[in-house]
Amino acid sequence: MSTTRERATGDLYDQLVLEDRVHRRIYTDQDIFTEEMTKVFGACWVYVGHASELSGANAFMTGTLGGRPIIITRDAGGDIHVLLNRCLHRGATVCRVERGRAKRFVCPYHGWSYANDGSLTGVPWPSGYAPEFDPAKYSLGRARVAVYRDFIFATLHPSPPAIEDHLGAARPLLDYWIDRFPGGKVTARSGAHRMDCQSNWKLVMDNSTDGYHPAFSHRALLQMAQRLGETKDMAYFAESPDDGDMYCRYLGNGHSFIDQRPNYRKPGDYWATQRPTPGREAIEARIRAQYGEEEATRLLDLTVGSQMNLSIFPNLLIIGNQIQSLRPVAVDRTILLWQATTSEELPEELNTLRMRTQEDFPSFGEPDDLANFGECQRGLSIPEVEWVLMNRGYGIEGRQSLDPDGGVTAPTTDETPMRGYIHHWKALMQSDTPVVAEGVA
Amino acid sequence: MAAELNDPSRYSTYVDPEFYAALARHTAELDEPAAPVDAATRDACAALLYREARLLDEGRLEDWLELFVPECLYWMPMTPGGGEPTTEVTLAFDDRRRLEDRIAWLRSAYIWSQIPRSRTRRSITNIEVVQAQAPGELLVRSNFVVHDVRPGYHATFPGWTAHRLRAEGDSWLIAIKQVNLLDSDQAHQNLSIIF
Repeated sequence: MSTTRERATGDLYDQLVLEDRVHRRIYTDQDIFTEEMTKVFGACWVYVGHASELSGANAFMTGTLGGRPIIITRDAGGDIHVLLNRCLHRGATVCRVERGRAKRFVCPYHGWSYANDGSLTGVPWPSGYAPEFDPAKYSLGRARVAVYRDFIFATLHPSPPAIEDHLGAARPLLDYWIDRFPGGKVTARSGAHRMDCQSNWKLVMDNSTDGYHPAFSHRALLQMAQRLGETKDMAYFAESPDDGDMYCRYLGNGHSFIDQRPNYRKPGDYWATQRPTPGREAIEARIRAQYGEEEATRLLDLTVGSQMNLSIFPNLLIIGNQIQSLRPVAVDRTILLWQATTSEELPEELNTLRMRTQEDFPSFGEPDDLANFGECQRGLSIPEVEWVLMNRGYGIEGRQSLDPDGGVTAPTTDETPMRGYIHHWKALMQSDTPVVAEGVA
Repeated sequence: MAAELNDPSRYSTYVDPEFYAALARHTAELDEPAAPVDAATRDACAALLYREARLLDEGRLEDWLELFVPECLYWMPMTPGGGEPTTEVTLAFDDRRRLEDRIAWLRSAYIWSQIPRSRTRRSITNIEVVQAQAPGELLVRSNFVVHDVRPGYHATFPGWTAHRLRAEGDSWLIAIKQVNLLDSDQAHQNLSIIF
C-alpha cells in the first residue's frame, strides 16, 4: 500500500496524522499494522502481566508481545524472564498451556529442551551435529524486562529507556492507584474478563480517555443505574461533564488520563455512588459492625474503583479496580484483558465484594463499547470518507492549559489526550529503531 | 425500612458469607453420588428446562424471572467447573437485584451490543435429575448448545448447566442456575444474552 518513496522520506505518516484529524488508514491498513507490531509493540515497553500471577519459583504464563507468542517465567532464583515462545530448531512453540510451573520447556517436535531462563539445556543425540554447533547460541529469544511495582513490562528495543522514564508523568498516578491498596500491594490472581474486539487496537486506545462517549455509549447502563431512583457512578458524564472539576490530560510519552476523582469529595462518596452489587448490604452491615463508622467507610470505599482512567501507552489501561491490557491480533481484531485485583490485607468479604464490583462494568458497560468499536471498524472500511476527527476542543482559545511538566489539561470531553498520544504514535512510526531479541544468534 | 430490607429486588442482604459457603457445598454436591428420582419428577424437571429455554428464546425475560425463587442466583463461572467465586471474577454472578438490573439493561432501547437484537435458539439434552441432600431440593444437570444469531454474526455456545430446584407447592422453582460455558475462560465477542 505504501510506496517506497513514502517510506524513504517518512512523509506517509505526515499525510496520515494531521493536527486535528487522522486518516482512516491508520486503523485499516494491513501494512501499517505489520509495521506497528515492530515500531510500537516491539520498541516500546509493553505490559505483559502482573508479577503476582507468577507465584513461587518456576511459575510461568504465556502471553503475547505485539502478536509474538511469549512465555513469562519466574526462575528458581525469583528473576522474571520474557521469552519468545519459539524453538530455535524448527520454529515450534515450546510451551502450549496458559500457565503452570516448569523448570524446563521441552519442544514436543524434536525434544530440544530449554531452562526457564531460556537457555538451551539439551539436544537429543548431539553427535549428529558438527563440532562447531554451540548450544549457547541457541537459547530462546529474550525480550528485555522491567518490573515496576509488580507490573511486568517487556520490550525488544536494544537499549530501552528506564521504565521510570517511560512512565514519566503517568508514574505518580500509577503509584497513587497502587497505593490505594493497603500496603501498596496489588494481587492479580482473580481471573480476567477477556473480550474479542473486532476493531483495531487504537480505537480501544482512543476511547480509553474519551470523556465524550459515556453519556451515549453507556446510555443503557446509565438507565439501568437509575432504575432504583438513586444517582450512581458515571451519571456526571451525562450532566454537562465539561462544567465540573473533572478533567482530561495528555501526560506525554503517549500516556493519558481522565480524572473522575473530583466528583468524589468526601470519604464514603465512592461507596455511596457504587452501582448495586450482590451482597452490598449484607457485607456493609458486617463491616460497619466490626470496624466502626470511620474505618468501615474507608474500607468500603476501597471496594470501588479509583475513578481514574489512566492509559499507559501502548497497551495498559488502568480502569476502576482492574488492570486492562490490549493484545493486538490483527488490523481489525484486538483481545482485551481485564485482570481483576484483590488485596491480601483487606478482610476476605471485602475482596469478595470487590469481585462483584469488578463484574459490573465488563458485564453492562464494555459490551456496548465493543459493539461501537466494531462498528467504527466497519464504517472505516469506506474509502471515500477518509478522515477520523480528533478536533474536539482544538483551536479554542484558552480551553486547555499547559502543565508545568509538559502535559496538557482540558475539559473532560475534549480529544486532547487522543491528539497527544497519536502524535507520539506517529513519531514512533517515523523512527527506525531496530528491534532485536537477545540471545538469538 | 427494616421490612423493605427483606425485598431482594432492592436490597442484597442474602448474599453473605453463609450464602457463599452454601454455594461451595452446592458445587461439591454435583460430584457426589445421589439417589435418582422417579420418572414423573424427571419429566417435570425436563418440562421446566424446556419451558425455560423457550421463554429465553422468545425474549420473555420477565416471565423467565418468574421461574426463580426470590433469593436466587444466576451464575456463570469463568473458571471451568465453578472455581471460587469469593476470590475470582465470574462472567455473571447475579442475585435477584442484579438479575433485574440485567433484564433492565437488556430492555433498554440503547443497548448497542444488542442492536440488532440476538435471535437465539437453544437445545437442551442429557438431562439428569437427582435428589439433593437438602429436603425438597433437586439437582438437575443438562447439556446445552445456544445459537446466537444477529445479522452478520452467528455464535455457537456449548456448555452444561446445573440447576438447583426447590419445591414450591406442586411445582419447582430455580434456586441456583449455574451456566458453564465450555470456553468460559476464553475471549468472547459478545456475551450480552442470557444463557
